Amino acid sequence: MIKAKSDRVPLFHISKRDNVPKWQAWLIRGGAVVAALLVSAVISAILTDGASMGLFFKNLFLGVFGTPRRILNLFQNTAILLCIALAVTPAFKMKFWNIGAEGQVLMGGLACVVCIKYFGGKMPNELLLVVMAAFSIAFSIVWAVIPAIFKAKWRTNETLFTLMMNYVAMQIVACCIFVWVPSGSGVLGVLKYGHMPQLGGQNYVINIIVVAVLVVLMFIYFRFSKHGYELSVVGESENTAKYIGINVKKVIIRTMVLSGALCGVAGLLLVAGTDHSLATTTVGGRGFTAILVAWLGQFSPFLMSFTSMLYVFIDQGASEVASVFNMGGSFPDIITGIFFFLVIGCEFFINYKIKFRSFKKKNEISTPDAEGEDTAVGLDKNSEEVTA
Amino acid sequence: MKKKILALVLIVALVASLAVALVACDNTDKDNNTVVSFKPIAKENIKFGLIALHDENSTYDKNFIDAANNAAKKLGVQISIKRNIPEDNACYEAAVDLVNEGCNIIFADSFGHEDYVLKAAQEFPNVRFAHATGTKAHTELLPNFYNAFASIYEGRYLAGVAAGMKLKEMYPDATSLKMGYVGAFPYAEVVSGYTSFYLGAKSVMNEGVTLTMDVKYTGSWYDPVAEKSTAEALIKGGAQLISQHADSMGAPTACAEYSQKNGVLIPNVTYNISTKEDIVVDGVTYKSTYLIGSKVNWEPYFEYLINCVINGVTAVGFDYVGTLATDSVQVLEFGNDVSDAIKNAVAAAQEELLNGTRKVFDLSTFTKADGSTITSYIADVDTDEKFEGDTQVVLNGVFLESVYRSAPYFDIRIAGITELK
Repeated sequence: MIKAKSDRVPLFHISKRDNVPKWQAWLIRGGAVVAALLVSAVISAILTDGASMGLFFKNLFLGVFGTPRRILNLFQNTAILLCIALAVTPAFKMKFWNIGAEGQVLMGGLACVVCIKYFGGKMPNELLLVVMAAFSIAFSIVWAVIPAIFKAKWRTNETLFTLMMNYVAMQIVACCIFVWVPSGSGVLGVLKYGHMPQLGGQNYVINIIVVAVLVVLMFIYFRFSKHGYELSVVGESENTAKYIGINVKKVIIRTMVLSGALCGVAGLLLVAGTDHSLATTTVGGRGFTAILVAWLGQFSPFLMSFTSMLYVFIDQGASEVASVFNMGGSFPDIITGIFFFLVIGCEFFINYKIKFRSFKKKNEISTPDAEGEDTAVGLDKNSEEVTA
Repeated sequence: MKKKILALVLIVALVASLAVALVACDNTDKDNNTVVSFKPIAKENIKFGLIALHDENSTYDKNFIDAANNAAKKLGVQISIKRNIPEDNACYEAAVDLVNEGCNIIFADSFGHEDYVLKAAQEFPNVRFAHATGTKAHTELLPNFYNAFASIYEGRYLAGVAAGMKLKEMYPDATSLKMGYVGAFPYAEVVSGYTSFYLGAKSVMNEGVTLTMDVKYTGSWYDPVAEKSTAEALIKGGAQLISQHADSMGAPTACAEYSQKNGVLIPNVTYNISTKEDIVVDGVTYKSTYLIGSKVNWEPYFEYLINCVINGVTAVGFDYVGTLATDSVQVLEFGNDVSDAIKNAVAAAQEELLNGTRKVFDLSTFTKADGSTITSYIADVDTDEKFEGDTQVVLNGVFLESVYRSAPYFDIRIAGITELK
């Protein structure tokens, strides 16, 4: 039997939905995290020739909470990632696609090392730290503002520009290290001066406190300050911003100054707080990971604290799993990849619903996680229908 | 309102967890800070920690990992290995994590790990830390931090003897012979290695035959692609035999492929790994090109360290140099078509090195690149900011390699060897 053409309905079609209740959206996201963990467990079980999945979870948690030191590392790694995420947020809220945080942080770190190299031992440590902070923030601001000025004045593409600046920063750092360490293995080693003091006999505590304070400050800045309002307006619509008398160029440059300054703080925390050294890999891709973290946290400083901690949790836990099962250095990357894939992918199910062709009666299937409610949502009058 | 409450909850949570983390951290190491004397520890409580730059895919790291596993098994102690640890703060964190796991001896295998291991050693005076290829133990003088290496130049010298003999057999009528050497970086460790290899080959040359060697650097300790293409470039430049000081299978692959394609045998002298077995990777077999190799055997040193912990004694000296005599330096097995003449020449040279009648860096056997003889040399033994020489290392016509510290410091460019850009 050949059906008439008019009878043919696509196998499924996708429709937009606008009014998913918040609790449902979070249920879907939570489901994605759980699914990501389960898929990771299955994959690790396959890779280890069927070692039980329970061992995956055991080592995942042991890797993060196994010793007090590991818990401290969870917070310290979260702090650095969160600090960079906070730095990219103002620009992204303004829809200025700054993917140059990697280079901006690196330049901040370089500034710190320059200070240590030339002022180290010649002034008290506290003063040195202040000088390092000033230089670090200044270097990072310069690195962030150059693309901003080009964007504001000549409308250059900031995505390519900031990306390119990352590589320039890395080459500058490589060049400096070559000058400072002409022989040996080309590793700068631990610098003697400019160490952040310990608090309570513990390393990294200052890092964590500084970033905690920054989270609150940035929340206030976005929520209650005029600047925060202006940059969201520029992000929503430049024309609206112009119409209500906002100086768009000024806002772009000012926001990137802020972005750069925060990257400078991250650079300072990395060099003075944790590494006491510098390499082209010091930032280690966190300039890019921070963008995902910020986006997943919907640019809310508090939500970003959660998402960055979740990322560090997965990464640190997966490293321990890889170490225990001897699965090589790429395993944590695979796990974080699965994690991001599913967590970002689930946003699709929050924003759209899939309707399958009804075979018999009304066999409407939609997102697996949101049951019950979504029929009503799907039939919403306002929903735009898109055929796939 | 909701957001405010959420914010408040989050801050409280952050502060609370911080407090927990601070309180929970044990301070036992801090309390025992003054105690530096080591006491004997029962075998079942001993754990050996190894920090490796890569994993077993790197021949360099595999050599350490295998030796550590064997030593721990032999002496019946536990072992914990951290693989893929970069040369940054992650190394310090890995060391601390190993201490928290209960390790009593921690060993790191890469040059760039040193500062971070040193940092951990200062923090945990009751745990012994040792480090391969490092330079700072004899200047830092911490009772629990040691450097170790081996007189691998002896092994390379003997491999060089085999290489020279092989070339002589392959090209009996030639008046000039050429070897190629793939190096990682232009550092003393590599310079010392290729010079000793060259001197070994030169020592068996007939009169009237000139032997030269081209050296080319890859700029990486582990880069299969660059090592292969560098070896190929050396072969194109006229090298009739290839050896390498880099950690992948790149150079052996280049020799095997070239030999198979062109029907001209390019023997390969390996480092750390024998390719005599019938390994086939992507249709390439190595067994026909493999001649000989040398390696540092870390097992004697690891056993020595573990025995120090068992007996509760400090390791003797800040620098440990394993030698042919301690079995720390090994000449690998001979390849498949190696004549008895070659085997005998290597055995004779080994005998002379062992009884001291022959020295690898005997200054009467080579000159500087400009032809002048060397009568004194100030080497950079103590690490400093400016990388300047500080110690006279020439005595009685011999360059004293690995005497003033375990890591090599021979970095003279000698006649007969050309470093290609």
